[in-house]
Amino acid sequence: MTLDITGLKVSIGGKEVLRGVDLTLQEGRVHGLAGESGSGKTMTGLAVLGLLPHGSRTSGSITLGGRELLTMPPAELNKVRGGEVAMVFQDPATSLHPMLTIGRQLTEHMRHHLGLGKREARARAVELLGKVRIPGAEEAVGRYPHQFSGGMRQRIAIAVALACSPRVLIADEPTTALDVTVQAGVLRLLRGLCDELGLAVLLVTHDLGVMSAVADEVSVMKDGLVVETGPRGRVLREPSHPYTRSLLDSLPDAQIDEGGR
Amino acid sequence: MSLLTIDDLVVEHRSPGRPVVRAVAGASLEVRAGEVVGLVGESGCGKSTLARAVCGLNPITSGGISFEGEAVTPLGLRRRRLTGIQMVFQDPYASLNPRRRVGDQIADGLRTSGDTTTRPADLLERVGLPRDFERRHPHEFSGGQRQRIAIARALAARPRLLIGDEPISALDASAQAQVATLMRDLAVESGAGLLFISHDLSVVRLIADRIAVMYLGRIVESGDTAEVWANPRHPYTRALLEAIPAPDGLGVLPAELPGDVPDPADPPAGCRFHPRCPHVMDVCRVKDPTFGPVACWLHADDGPSAPAAAGRPEKA
Ligand SMILES: Nc1ncnc2c1ncn2[C@@H]1O[C@H](COP(=O)(O)OP(=O)(O)OP(=O)(O)O)[C@@H](O)[C@H]1O
Ligand SMILES: Nc1ncnc2c1ncn2[C@@H]1O[C@H](COP(=O)(O)OP(=O)(O)O)[C@@H](O)[C@H]1O
Ligand code: SF4
Ligand SMILES: [Mg+2]
Ligand SMILES: [Mg+2]
Repeated sequence: MTLDITGLKVSIGGKEVLRGVDLTLQEGRVHGLAGESGSGKTMTGLAVLGLLPHGSRTSGSITLGGRELLTMPPAELNKVRGGEVAMVFQDPATSLHPMLTIGRQLTEHMRHHLGLGKREARARAVELLGKVRIPGAEEAVGRYPHQFSGGMRQRIAIAVALACSPRVLIADEPTTALDVTVQAGVLRLLRGLCDELGLAVLLVTHDLGVMSAVADEVSVMKDGLVVETGPRGRVLREPSHPYTRSLLDSLPDAQIDEGGR
Repeated sequence: MSLLTIDDLVVEHRSPGRPVVRAVAGASLEVRAGEVVGLVGESGCGKSTLARAVCGLNPITSGGISFEGEAVTPLGLRRRRLTGIQMVFQDPYASLNPRRRVGDQIADGLRTSGDTTTRPADLLERVGLPRDFERRHPHEFSGGQRQRIAIARALAARPRLLIGDEPISALDASAQAQVATLMRDLAVESGAGLLFISHDLSVVRLIADRIAVMYLGRIVESGDTAEVWANPRHPYTRALLEAIPAPDGLGVLPAELPGDVPDPADPPAGCRFHPRCPHVMDVCRVKDPTFGPVACWLHADDGPSAPAAAGRPEKA
């Protein structure tokens, strides 16, 4: 299923934070979104989910398989969010409830959205934990988030996001809080899920290395606008916008090669 | 002379009904004045425990820590606070009082160092914030701004050693390199040493003169940052560097290091890295490589700073 964002504008408190964003997410493709702090990456993701801060004003269009999300009635949008469109955040604590077992968090979601019975939901929870490679999934469903390492918590947050078989996954800096060794596993997982399940993934990351490893297409944002979009290899190797070039030039590698630490 | 010397340090956590956790298990490290040392390693390997011991916040089980030639003991904490170690934590609220004006908190630091000429607003300016922020409270700022304020407060006390324990990991991704560079510049400018703890290798590479790699309570490799980067010798250091994805546009997924950091309450016998090491040999399973600068049986004869090998990239 394709997600199309066209001419998306968002203002919060009179300030225009998105000034006409165009982005297309396609089935089985990872679309990477880069850009400096405050450029509007997170706001773009939140707009898709209908989770913008109170009092935000929106115009333009976001369509999912032909349906307009921006004007959708709240009840219907609620079904889309957490159903067809799911999200993973930088800090797994944002997605996981500390006082509930992870089995509960997975199954409640499914029972609510998919109307599954208790037993069915549990079986699917175990299957999902296996898919995100949590060892001993049968036993793990009875444990609480703090009993897992940071990398495992992020895998579990991804499992929760996948619970209702979404078609679109928005991942906002999903590996920024993780060790590189753990990040490698989560990136492989995301790529695998995208290929295997045909997910359309929006991967927000400031890390151009991460972008290069998993994204098929790359877009770069600046001041509420997408300034460049293209295939990963082209954007990272032959950027056409000066801002993209300046991002690449500011990488530690580039700085160190110039002899300045 | 070395500013901070950590020698074969062991720090244990004891909690009732649980096995003793030896979080730091014989670690040695030095920081010199005006030098930035980056301490890296996976979550749970003991970085924070080591930093807290240096500040006298964790009792030492064995081994030693000395600051400017004087032994650090938990009892000496108050004196040392007056004499020059300051710490910046991951959560700026751990260093700032939410109910007091930012300017007043910076003034406390100035009083500690007996500085009567510097104004709190001067320090705000040095960390890149407007002078009139001194009248505001911590909650009125973004995460990055708050961490800058915590740094200003720490610097006000004129520390000779500044310790940052993951000072950038709670920040928005794009503010991380800025704040790290700021810490480096301010520490070096004032002649202080900086021990910078982070799991973000690319940032450590950017700011550290030397790098120390920690694994399960030990420093397994240390050396000049550029040298370690160009020629990592310990298999764990290699695994860490290989896991960093390159921004080359080629779509190569980074290598995954199998397994998790083992439980420090029950470390593997012999080399602590052996269950995850791709080069494990028989000796590794039985004998613990406790030597330096590279704690690995493949490098038993290496000298302190082995000449960089052929793999080192040419500099233009
Ligand atoms: N709750 C809010 N109320 C008002 N303005 C906001 C709010 N959240 C974000 N903004 C503003 O919207 C703009 C875009 O913010 P956004 O969070 O999308 O940035 P970002 O690109 O995700 O940055 P980062 O890399 O730091 O995560 C910024 O100017 C920011 O200050
Ligand atoms: N107060 C404590 N009580 C018991 N165990 C602790 C305590 N603090 C840390 N530990 C344990 O000590 C080990 C090292 O922790 P820490 O120094 O926080 O690592 P890092 O900072 O490298 O992530 C971990 O196994 C951790 O669970
Ligand atoms: S001592 Fe052996 S197991 Fe340990 S890192 Fe070296 S080769 Fe690997
Ligand atoms: Mg963001
Ligand atoms: Mg820590």
